[in-house]
Amino acid sequence: MITERLLRALRDILGGDGVVSHATELSVYDCDGYTLEKSTPEVVVLPRSTEEVAAVLKLLKHEGVPFVPRGTGTGLSGGCLPLGAPVMVSLTRMNRILELDPANRRAVVESGVVNAWVSRAAKPHGLHYVPDPSSQMACSIGGNVAENSGGPHTLKYGVTTNHVLGVTLVLPDGEVVRLGGMTEDTPGYDLLGVTVGSEGTFGIVTEAILKLYPRPQGYKTLLAVFDSVAGGSAAVAGIVASGIVPAALEMLDRLILQAVEDAFHFGFPREAGAVLIVELDGLEAGLERAAGRIREVCESNGATEIRVARDDGERDALWKCRKRAFGALGRLAPNFCCQDGVVPPTRLPEIMERIADIGEAYDLRIGNVFHAGDGNIHPILLYDERDREQTERVVAAGREILRECVALGGSLTGEHGIGVEKVALMPLIFTPDDMSVMEQVRSVFDPEDRCNPNKIFPSAEQHVEVRSPRRQAAM
Amino acid sequence: MRSIDQGTIPLDDASVRHLDLCLGCRACETTCPSGVRYGTLIEGARHFIESRHRRSWPERVQRWLVNRTFPNPAVMRIFGWSVRCMTRFGVHRLARAGWVPAPLRRLLRYLPDPKAPFRSVRLPERTAPRGEVRHRVGLLAGCVMQSLFGTTHTNTVRLLTEYGCEVRAPEGAGCCGALLLHNGDRERGLELARRTIAAFDSPELDAVLTNAAGCGAAMREYGEHFKEDPALRPAAERVAAKVRDVAEFVHGLPDVEPRRRMNVKVAYHDACHLLNGQGVHAEPRRLLKDIPGVEWVDLHEAEVCCGSAGSYNLTEPELAGRLAARKARNVTATGAEILVTGNPGCILQIQAALRDQGSSIRVVHTADFLAEAYTNGKAARD
Ligand SMILES: Cc1cc2nc3c(=O)[nH]c(=O)nc-3n(C[C@H](O)[C@H](O)[C@H](O)COP(=O)(O)OP(=O)(O)OC[C@H]3O[C@@H](n4cnc5c(N)ncnc54)[C@H](O)[C@@H]3O)c2cc1C
Repeated sequence: MITERLLRALRDILGGDGVVSHATELSVYDCDGYTLEKSTPEVVVLPRSTEEVAAVLKLLKHEGVPFVPRGTGTGLSGGCLPLGAPVMVSLTRMNRILELDPANRRAVVESGVVNAWVSRAAKPHGLHYVPDPSSQMACSIGGNVAENSGGPHTLKYGVTTNHVLGVTLVLPDGEVVRLGGMTEDTPGYDLLGVTVGSEGTFGIVTEAILKLYPRPQGYKTLLAVFDSVAGGSAAVAGIVASGIVPAALEMLDRLILQAVEDAFHFGFPREAGAVLIVELDGLEAGLERAAGRIREVCESNGATEIRVARDDGERDALWKCRKRAFGALGRLAPNFCCQDGVVPPTRLPEIMERIADIGEAYDLRIGNVFHAGDGNIHPILLYDERDREQTERVVAAGREILRECVALGGSLTGEHGIGVEKVALMPLIFTPDDMSVMEQVRSVFDPEDRCNPNKIFPSAEQHVEVRSPRRQAAM
Repeated sequence: MRSIDQGTIPLDDASVRHLDLCLGCRACETTCPSGVRYGTLIEGARHFIESRHRRSWPERVQRWLVNRTFPNPAVMRIFGWSVRCMTRFGVHRLARAGWVPAPLRRLLRYLPDPKAPFRSVRLPERTAPRGEVRHRVGLLAGCVMQSLFGTTHTNTVRLLTEYGCEVRAPEGAGCCGALLLHNGDRERGLELARRTIAAFDSPELDAVLTNAAGCGAAMREYGEHFKEDPALRPAAERVAAKVRDVAEFVHGLPDVEPRRRMNVKVAYHDACHLLNGQGVHAEPRRLLKDIPGVEWVDLHEAEVCCGSAGSYNLTEPELAGRLAARKARNVTATGAEILVTGNPGCILQIQAALRDQGSSIRVVHTADFLAEAYTNGKAARD
């Protein structure tokens, strides 16, 4: 589909080093953090500005070529997998923080800026960018906007959509539009609202205006140890019901805990069934009392030990363990699939039990490390991609877990998106009418279905299976 | 690497190019929560590449030169001598003025100022300590250190003998093989390593010391390199277990104590193979900070590679140059007068970059600085 002529035209726009077309070099773009499926683009382009993005999309419109946007490829649902989209637009070179306005608590950044850089830049002003996905050292703001990403601290403060004031979007035909703006609310339809979370199907976000928040005056970070996952889950349900909204409420089970302990030597009790990390923040004055309440709830649900971080150093160490837990999974298995489902927090004890059963039934090791406070579970299914049969069991077990979530009144994804991974499950929560309405919304932005095609909607999947033999289960 | 191994991507110029670009700084190991030993992997990959991939002629010549000269103390001595002559006759000034072709000019940039020329040294096989013998240590004379950093060797010995160490520098130890092992020339690297092991495998030695980071890192892995060789493995493991960096060892001595005030502003740069390869981080810092009069300044990105990376600055000058310039900017920003670091390659690299940026900050080996502050006598000066 990619002709020499098109390559030349792309090089004319971006320069030689802005176009990757060598097979070997393309191979690193064959998947994101969801490694169960792989597909290599025919060419990757690396624009440096909104103008370059617009020029590329105009060219592709003219040639009728579909494309897929890519941030830093940390996605966990195959969102940037090229399926019938030969051109991949990687935004990693658009990595400048354009403006930092501490007085109005705003930052304007290019979409390839890494999430953690924003808070780092804002820190001297006592501010930070709240949404903190565990991948924040690597994931891009553009990817966060596309997936409407969450993080441990979005329990109290809301996910990406609550922190983005505006975006610059290059539509699939190359037109540049600005949605939202510098102020809190703009009149007219909330087009920004539908764009955040559109999984890269509306066009390419090149810039974003972000809200910054002052750092809280104080933190209280507790580590509660339980004999079992059941005890921990019951405590979570209890905390949520108590009316206290912690800044973060995370759970790690034994399997994960041990890998994390081997990696970071934090001093977790290795034999614990599960631990909760509960963080309270706000004015120093109220923290002690709230912490007392949390302690009571944990103890009444069987906590065997409760530790409180003594200083910032200990707090940082604890969060490092949580946020880099995924990195330690290499100690357990060569590959993992991180599932992403949601249940009402009060149903956590049930879903955790079901996950354990499913692990047994499919003979898979499953670990759990997740945003317990909003019921956003992340069962981690361990496998070795060289074992094809095991790989297939992972896919089947993952789907079964999500079906259970839906059955308990939850949903298919808390924060990682549908991507390619969950396309087939969409009918579990949406009727054909629902989906057709969504597709109509999408076609307003991308009438030719050229921007990240074959994602989200099951009609797309049927297409793919007929049309795209390139898509193959991971080797 | 797995893709190449499995044949999913070919071993061609493109894939080799990307593997060549790896500094081998092993910072990824220090951060990896899963404990992946990338250094071992990339060494294996380089060996694989060198044994199956045909490089272009210029690359082959360049690599041949690097791999033959550096690990050979005799050749290095001649090299050191000619470098000294060149410095004396001011060749470097010609080079800096742009009178020499570019590839040569790149090399000549590393020449020191005539005021502080390279010196070579032949360490005595055995140097007695001041006072009674309290420790016996081996010191790797090595290749580059011996021919270009003779002064640092002299100072290392003076520092150690001050604290009761008998220092043995067996001539037979030769080059430790690190450079060849890192560059994928496994057979010859192991050959050199065998000699080094034989020279240091003595129950009398409490420790085997190096003042070159790459050497120490490689020597600590001797046990693994010879794990399939039942005859040599025990000796390799014994020697590996005793390997220490000089600053690390001195820090552990019971009676070390600064003997002199040093009124100077100091920053410290972590050599990759000290920090990531040997886990040496706190010891040199503590020794430096303990010196009265030393004003300590933190270096931003102290742990980021300067681009020297063994012979990387010779094989990949473009990227190495970018890293060096960034390092030099960070060093200048500290306002320090002296940058201390524990590895000869870093010294040459950073000093050259600082000079290019018109800075007069001096880059000094940890051992030289410590010898000045921690001994009573006068440390050797360049
Ligand atoms: C270890 C680990 C931990 C994680 N933890 C969390 C977590 O706590 N919370 C959470 O929500 N997620 C988490 N994730 C998932 C992932 O990091 C997020 O989805 C992230 O937002 C993806 O960003 P990215 O830049 O990597 O996007 P990519 O993976 O490159 O792309 C993701 C999607 O966004 C689209 N896209 C990317 N950039 C643009 C752009 N500029 N314009 C339009 N579309 C674009 C792509 O087409 C694709 O559909 C985690 C992932 C990993 C690997």
